Amino acid sequence: MAIDALSQMLQTRDWLMADGATGTNLFNMGLSSGEPPEMWNIDLPDNIRKLYKGAVDAGSDIFLTNSFGGNASRMKLHGLQDRVREINRVAASLGREIADAAGRKVIVAGSMGPTGEIFEPMGTLTHANAVEMFHEQAEGLKEGGADVLWVETISAAEEYIAAAEAARLANMPWCGTMSFDTAGRTMMGLTSAKLSELVESLPNPPIAFGANCGVGASDLMRTVLGFGAQGSTRPFIAKGNAGIPKYHDGHIHYDGTPELMAEYAILARDAGVRIIGGCCGTMPEHLSAMRHALETRRKGPRPTLEDVTAHLGGFSSVSDGTDGAGPAPRERRGKRG
Amino acid sequence: MADDEIILADLSDDELVLQMHDDLYDGLKEEIEDGVNILIARGWTPYDTLTKALVAGMTIVGADFRDGILFVPEVLLAANAMKAGMFILKPLLAETGAPRMGRMVIGTVKGDIHDIGKNLVGMMMEGAGFEVRDLGINNSVEKYLAALELDQPDILGMSALLTTTMPYMKVVIDTLKEKGMREDYIVLVGGAPLNEEFSKAIGADAYCRDAAVAVETAKAYMLRKHNALKA
Repeated sequence: MAIDALSQMLQTRDWLMADGATGTNLFNMGLSSGEPPEMWNIDLPDNIRKLYKGAVDAGSDIFLTNSFGGNASRMKLHGLQDRVREINRVAASLGREIADAAGRKVIVAGSMGPTGEIFEPMGTLTHANAVEMFHEQAEGLKEGGADVLWVETISAAEEYIAAAEAARLANMPWCGTMSFDTAGRTMMGLTSAKLSELVESLPNPPIAFGANCGVGASDLMRTVLGFGAQGSTRPFIAKGNAGIPKYHDGHIHYDGTPELMAEYAILARDAGVRIIGGCCGTMPEHLSAMRHALETRRKGPRPTLEDVTAHLGGFSSVSDGTDGAGPAPRERRGKRG
Repeated sequence: MADDEIILADLSDDELVLQMHDDLYDGLKEEIEDGVNILIARGWTPYDTLTKALVAGMTIVGADFRDGILFVPEVLLAANAMKAGMFILKPLLAETGAPRMGRMVIGTVKGDIHDIGKNLVGMMMEGAGFEVRDLGINNSVEKYLAALELDQPDILGMSALLTTTMPYMKVVIDTLKEKGMREDYIVLVGGAPLNEEFSKAIGADAYCRDAAVAVETAKAYMLRKHNALKA
């Protein structure tokens, strides 16, 4: 089997730059709150072309398709569950069109976000159901010409595993990132160390894995340093938010400047991250600053946690659960059973 | 092991209540049901059982969730166990006319399917003695208004997980303002991408970063409301 486009690019380059925000960019083009951004693939394709082109023109080597919420569970909310395949196919084919016209090699990554449901036994989602939904989405993205599936903002191990299986069924290479937004862990309590372990336990591990979204650039850096500490040799991905969301005149702005994001990109590269991008709030001007910094600044030593806070600000919690420095668990009165 | 086995019925009241705090913490539903039944059989009032065993236990869970010791799965299990206990107490509480903390209408905003955090808030609020009506996900301003009219709650809670849906909270608050209803309710907002500043900018009363904070905030606002009524 021929080697996939992303692996090929990783073989020839030290780092790759991914894209920035989808939602923030679409809002600026007039998306209204509560409407499904994925429908713009079909209703306003020029806006989606503009979104993709914005990332490509700013120097991204990889961009994600506008299909984050394009699974049946999410689309059902808008009565669009029967159009999952079409919505994803079009999201990817618009991406293919922009990538092929870029004049250089650009990777189209088919974005797959969480289902929004909780797995059994706490919730109702079964493994089979989750696999089915992700698989349906994956087939649409594949048909549209995505080079790789890009699973993102996941918080449950079960959901990551289901997405991996869907990628296997679709016979597609994939990448997968989680959102570490709760005291340095995912909402479900997964640490960076646990994700490193989980990834290697999969029958079809991702090409690269990492963290996206979450709290801010410093927390995200702590998470990727955590992956490194596990000794994993698989490429890491860092896609952090451009600061913290602020509300102004009916719009949301993120307070991270292009300069800050450039610092973050350099720290991420020095920490050994191979795929560096942004998430919410990361606009083309941030990407341009990141690309410029990555191309012009010399590689430095692996940053420490102190370097991270000195450049990007403090962490949202004392510990991220990997260092034993967190608060102690409750002492029980006696043993049960 | 037999030596370790805990027989709830053999424990003194004080020990039983402490054991129930542990069992809630570990999300042991059947043990909580047993504990509630034992306390009631011993002549405890439903209200004391609720507050001293369940609410106090959930407060510990809430604090450890806030402090990053427990995470969503553990809290869901605990809330589930608490719900089972509440299920026994609810009819008894209604009979005995126990005091209520207040009433809340809660829902995830339009375009947003995420309800994990919102459900946690609902369960923790119930655990703290509030009456909660859960509107579920994807709520339009019309749905919120209808529920406010019907239930006359003290508190309106709104949740969003996406940056694409969080601005909808302002649509709801602006509509309340237009209708002159804004001051009738305590508006609490929450969800991963939100923060204090956002909540101020859209005109909410408070941002609650998690379910435990939501309960604390709701209690503080209710106290303020009562004091204002007395003054």
